[in-house]
Amino acid sequence: MSVEQLPVLTAKDFASDQEIRWCPRCGDYSILAQMKKVLPTLGIPREKFVFVSGIGCSSRFPYYVNTYGFHGIHGRAPAIATGVKLANPDMQVWVITGDGDALSIGGNHLMHVIRRNVDLKIILFNNQIYGLTKGQYSPTSPAGVKTKSSPYGAIDNPLSPISVAIGTEATFVARAVDVDIKHLTMVLERAAHHEGTAFVEVYQDCNVFNSGAFNYASKKESKDDHVIYLEHGKPLIFGANRNKGIRVNEGNRPEIVELGNGITEDDLLFHDEKAAEPSLAFMLGRMRYPEFPEPMGIFRAVSRPIYDREVEKQVNAVSQAQGPGDLDELFDSGDTWTVT
Amino acid sequence: MSTAEAPPASTNGRKDESLDTVVIRFCGDSGDGMQLVGTQFTNVSASFGNDVSTLPDFPAEIRAPAGSLAGVSGYQLCFSNHDIFTPGDEVDTLVAMNPAALKTNLADLKRGGTLIINEDAFDKSNLQKANYAANPLEDQNLLSGYRVHRIPMTRLTRDAVDGLGLSQREADRCRNFFALGLVYWLYDRDHKPTEDWVTSKFKKNPQIVEANLRALKAGSNFGFSTESFTVHYHVSPAKLPPGKYRKITGNEATAYGLVTAAQLAGKNLFYGGYPITPASDILHELAMLKKFGVRTFQAEDEIAAMSSIVGAAFAGQLAITASSGPGICLKGEAMGLGLMTELPMIIVDVQRGGPSTGLPTKTEQSDLLLAMFGRNGDSPLPIVAAATPSDCFYAVQEAARIALEFMVPVIFLSDGYIANGAEPWKIPKVADLKATKVTHPGPSDETEEFLPYKRNEKLARPWAIPGTKGLEHRIGGLEKSDVTGHVDYSPENHQHMVLTRQRKVDAVAETIPLQTVEGPEKGKLLVISWGGTYGAVRTAVHTALKQGQSVAHTHLRYMNPFPKNLGDIIKNYEKVLIPELNTGQLRLLIRGKYLVDAVGLNKIKGKPFLVSEIVQAIQDLL
Repeated sequence: MSVEQLPVLTAKDFASDQEIRWCPRCGDYSILAQMKKVLPTLGIPREKFVFVSGIGCSSRFPYYVNTYGFHGIHGRAPAIATGVKLANPDMQVWVITGDGDALSIGGNHLMHVIRRNVDLKIILFNNQIYGLTKGQYSPTSPAGVKTKSSPYGAIDNPLSPISVAIGTEATFVARAVDVDIKHLTMVLERAAHHEGTAFVEVYQDCNVFNSGAFNYASKKESKDDHVIYLEHGKPLIFGANRNKGIRVNEGNRPEIVELGNGITEDDLLFHDEKAAEPSLAFMLGRMRYPEFPEPMGIFRAVSRPIYDREVEKQVNAVSQAQGPGDLDELFDSGDTWTVT
Repeated sequence: MSTAEAPPASTNGRKDESLDTVVIRFCGDSGDGMQLVGTQFTNVSASFGNDVSTLPDFPAEIRAPAGSLAGVSGYQLCFSNHDIFTPGDEVDTLVAMNPAALKTNLADLKRGGTLIINEDAFDKSNLQKANYAANPLEDQNLLSGYRVHRIPMTRLTRDAVDGLGLSQREADRCRNFFALGLVYWLYDRDHKPTEDWVTSKFKKNPQIVEANLRALKAGSNFGFSTESFTVHYHVSPAKLPPGKYRKITGNEATAYGLVTAAQLAGKNLFYGGYPITPASDILHELAMLKKFGVRTFQAEDEIAAMSSIVGAAFAGQLAITASSGPGICLKGEAMGLGLMTELPMIIVDVQRGGPSTGLPTKTEQSDLLLAMFGRNGDSPLPIVAAATPSDCFYAVQEAARIALEFMVPVIFLSDGYIANGAEPWKIPKVADLKATKVTHPGPSDETEEFLPYKRNEKLARPWAIPGTKGLEHRIGGLEKSDVTGHVDYSPENHQHMVLTRQRKVDAVAETIPLQTVEGPEKGKLLVISWGGTYGAVRTAVHTALKQGQSVAHTHLRYMNPFPKNLGDIIKNYEKVLIPELNTGQLRLLIRGKYLVDAVGLNKIKGKPFLVSEIVQAIQDLL
């Protein structure tokens, strides 16, 4: 008996020969770099990965990773990826999408892939703008934003990707910032290891059409006060001096408190990513800048039956119960008669 | 028609007549169970050995207001002692369960035909709902040309099930079996298969089993003992080619053909679909066949269904979707993606009346141009169209062969008429069916670059399955450089690729049978048909030939590309007639391609052609 040794891969092994055509200093570069770092650590051969995308700047991603890749059509990546996973369950399938792709034209597919809990890793690059079509507001753009298609300010109320994911019962929900390299790497790793649909929102800077939209969360000088890192089982503490925290008040609403003067860590909200009820995760998802520090990390990581495995199970169970299919027997079923 | 020698005992001394072919239509309210009794009569006749052809006709509403004209549901079937190709032009025996059914169906009953009426249903309220000012049963003019049997079916059925403790509503739901029993007696049919069916279907409710059996018997006894029926009919088995047969509908045959194609190609079948009339039965059939490795995915919408099969094809399985016109419209963009990525898949379009929601439960042939051109860009796809219910089994395997051999999505056209219609199917042996050989490139050492668009002699590209070492590659909807598959917007490459995709589809013509003609090889008129009108056109041309007309028939199964010799065939006739259930879609293609002044016979009524309509059109042209 011989044990096949997996070759030791590095980030370089996952670089494709294609010239990368994103704008210089686009946040996508950082996400691509962290992804190439994470993939070799997963113990999965390169040919077992499939990257599926829709349309948009982020959706060029599969061309730049040297795995199997499929650049789909606008909004449909979750449906294409579902087909890939059901037809070839051994693959680890990643979906790369954007705010317009996943939440506008593809909103229906995102909702259904999440509620089915298909084993896909969905990375949503949220830059709050349509970049590829050169600067229209997106379903995550803040109300009032002036863009080419909203010269007097957008009237639309934006969607929160995290709320959508939790609302459709996602089993894994996380958020990270493109340039927060270490944290992003950790989140991608956790997503890769999750069994079922993993949904990750990445704040991604479109430095051409929506530059600095996430500066509050990415710049060194501001992020400590505007970002709070979620850690399972730990209290929610933030601030440059780690002296502020989140407490749930009597109205069951989160509030910012300063530690000291009788307030201790024990008074704070403790994060529980495994909570069966999604209400805590949902509340955290609704903490938005500037009133609150925005949570980063894993909002939710729970376990639920996985669609593609259940499909396999059912096919196997039926085959076992009925025996393997025999076409001649199938044709010759029901009422038959013989003509001589 | 001839008289049999010794009348069987069951005739109770009645005259016994032998007939060649009989057309029966059961019609009533959509809650009256007409589809059920029509199917039962069909099954019994088929297993008796008659050739059968059926035309179910039901409203789009599951339960339109009871008694209304819109709620009438009908099931027509033709059974014969010889081979037949249509469910018949005129009805010999019409069973009308209420005034609305009488009103909407009487015109199809032939003069002198048998009319069986549930007279209990002709009350004031039902007459009003059917817009009858006066009771038509009292109108001697209206009914004088028919053999009318007014039967109090409601009362007789209630009497038959008396004592079983059924509510009146439950009792009345057995009326269809009373009607069936009566018609069984009239045409000397065996009750046994229906009794078995009832017993098994309602086995959890013995009371309902007993009630339906009693109603069936009561109907039969009524025919036997009352003197109103003076003749008892007999239709002998047909002399079909020897072999074992079963009844099959077009949708069943499509599902079986798809599973067969996948099995023979050594593939699992992946089906992504969204429910839509009249294609849903394909999903239902396939969902039952999991033991053949079939994966059915009921997607959130038509777009997701189509997208999922593109993904499944990329991942290496035989991928299928089925829909009808409105759904095919939604699938258009993803079909283009399948075409661009040159992956094998089958898109089944069970056509129905359009445009928009149109006539969901009625048949039409109006998606031919949608199949040809319904995508952005120059986007040719091969198209195969089935001719009859059982032909769906073979035609869809041809679609699969083309898809797998040429690495291309193929559109398979069926329609509501053949999808729901049934006919006897000579059960094939799997060993006699042709398998399509599928090859995949194997693992490669990584020094040489894998070329996903390097084509073979058929212009097909290699189908490299994710998971194969060394063949990692990226494809998508952007224009590809030939050979390497890299994104390439250069002018020369785009022209080359558009023409290559067209050439690939054109090359399919090298692998399909030459077109054949029934009738004289040269003559005055060629009738060209396609799809589900096959039976009516064939029968009409045979009729015209018997009358000595100079006419021939050719039926197309391959709609794109056309068989190579079609143009030469057309040249052999002075005139060309193209009957279609649309405003002239094939005619447009034939005129465009062969510059022939083809004449159309176009019916857009949600109903199949009558043979007589086509015979008339032939006569008008000669």
